[in-house]
Amino acid sequence: MANITREQVQHLAHLARLELTEEETAHYTDQLSAIVEAVEHVSEVAADDIPPTSHPVPMTNVFREDVARPGLDRADVQAGAPSWEDDRFRVPRILDED
Amino acid sequence: MSASAIERMKFDDALAAFEPVLGLETHVELGTASKMFCSCSAEFGGEPNTHVCPVCLGLPGSMPVVNASAIESTIRMGLSLNCSIASWCRFARKNYFYPDMPKDYQVSQYDEPLCVDGYLDVVVATDDGPREFRVEIERVHMEEDTGKLTHAGGDTGRIHGADYSLVDYNRAGIPLIEIVTKPIVGAGELAPLVARAYVTELRDLMRALGVSDVRMDQGSLRCDVNVSLAPSGEPWGTRSETKNVNSLRSVERAVRFEIERQAAVLSGGGRVVQETRHFHEDTGETTSGRSKEHAEEYRYFPEPDLVPVAPTSDWVEELRGTLPEVPSVRRARLQAVWNISDLEMQTLVNAEALDLVESTIDHGVDQAAARKWWTGEFTRIANEQGIALTDLPVTAAHIARVEELIADGSLTDKLARQVFEGVIAGEGDVDAVVQARGLVVVGDDSTLLAAIEQALADQPDVAEKIQGGKVQAAGAIVGAVMKATKGQADAAKVRTLLLEHLGVDG
Ligand SMILES: [Zn+2]
Repeated sequence: MANITREQVQHLAHLARLELTEEETAHYTDQLSAIVEAVEHVSEVAADDIPPTSHPVPMTNVFREDVARPGLDRADVQAGAPSWEDDRFRVPRILDED
Repeated sequence: MSASAIERMKFDDALAAFEPVLGLETHVELGTASKMFCSCSAEFGGEPNTHVCPVCLGLPGSMPVVNASAIESTIRMGLSLNCSIASWCRFARKNYFYPDMPKDYQVSQYDEPLCVDGYLDVVVATDDGPREFRVEIERVHMEEDTGKLTHAGGDTGRIHGADYSLVDYNRAGIPLIEIVTKPIVGAGELAPLVARAYVTELRDLMRALGVSDVRMDQGSLRCDVNVSLAPSGEPWGTRSETKNVNSLRSVERAVRFEIERQAAVLSGGGRVVQETRHFHEDTGETTSGRSKEHAEEYRYFPEPDLVPVAPTSDWVEELRGTLPEVPSVRRARLQAVWNISDLEMQTLVNAEALDLVESTIDHGVDQAAARKWWTGEFTRIANEQGIALTDLPVTAAHIARVEELIADGSLTDKLARQVFEGVIAGEGDVDAVVQARGLVVVGDDSTLLAAIEQALADQPDVAEKIQGGKVQAAGAIVGAVMKATKGQADAAKVRTLLLEHLGVDG
């Protein structure tokens, strides 16, 4: 098993703004260890002369012409908003974090 | 506001003890028609949340596509800053939770910026004449702007004490270019001026390239100012980052303030905290914001939804061919053509009047007259109204027409000012204002002579004085005639007519 620690999982959970119970933390610690171990098999095959792949298809320069087009109707935008006020998305207070 | 509790050392003392090191991070919003990764309008303003689509709202399943024009603008910016253009680079995700980005990440560039290793030469006026500094550019990279937050509830309208916030995503996804300098060392007491000159030159360069309207007041040009102090003979110390300084003058003031503040901290045995600070226009001070003791974990990784950008050298060279004259070269050329002094050129530059004067001259107006109107009357009015010179509704064509009317004797300088007053007040173009306000020089000799005779009759002793050799007494009569004609006569002509009438040589 790869050695993912409880602390690493808790740290990741904080970064992702997830609140985990003790049980969940233990559960994900095991799961993530297994996943990392599986992924590590790649480095057994890929030697140093093989660069890491970020994009599976060797393609570059996919561009769009700079032409503006209408976006969504605001009613549709609002329909997808959990909370809305004064034509804007309403979000909870920001500075209580950390 | 109560007296500041922030201790400062006198600027000269601070410079005697420490060497300032600057770093400038400038954000430029490109003036493209559409956003960086979607086709939403990038136009400034608009009703809240009307320039949005699934891509810039971060809705599931939406896919970004890069705006070709934004890439071209960035390459042109890089080239004009003497940078190398990467032959292959990727976008990266910068992950963070903050409601200004609905995706919970910002697409940016991390370790593979499109442009690297350039420089910009700037000139600073010193007591010993102009001095040139080379500001080295570390990188120019692409990213997207964020949405606009309004903090509601509480009673301050600020983020502290707000109950909740409202978000408008019209700005989210606007192409944003970040230009980062290498540490600027060796400027000494000129550091605040070098910082200002750099941002000014950068702004003029971007404007010449036509890639952005670079309005600091509207946020299309924003500057973060990093300052640290090194005790003499040592490498640099801990830096502060003052965010979103939004005028050229504030850039200079923020650098100066941070030098004075940090010098006081260090000489008092304290240590400078690495932190974000906020500049306050009203007091000229910076105050502490977020502490950066714990480096933020943005977990950058290559953006999987966008393929790499790999500009061919042909493309880069083609773009190099579209670069305009560099502003410093242009200034030198215009100064020579117009045959004006360094000081006169500096006056034009400081008044932000160079483009306006050039276009006015292109409309056939004499250079001295063009300069006089823009740096005199119009600058005064713009300052009074608290707006930029370019926002005045006066055009080069207006000035050309007024100068025509002055040349053929239908307007005096004084009347011309009234014409512009009318034009600026929205009363119509030059001829319409002249017509509506009845602004014409009272020119025909018989009308003027009648007014002269009336004035002489009202002040019977004056004619004698003039004829007795006291020609300066003519002023009293000229003044009376100007008053009688409501200022619409040519004073010099009145004087000539008066002296002729009395048979005296001027
Ligand atoms: Zn969009």
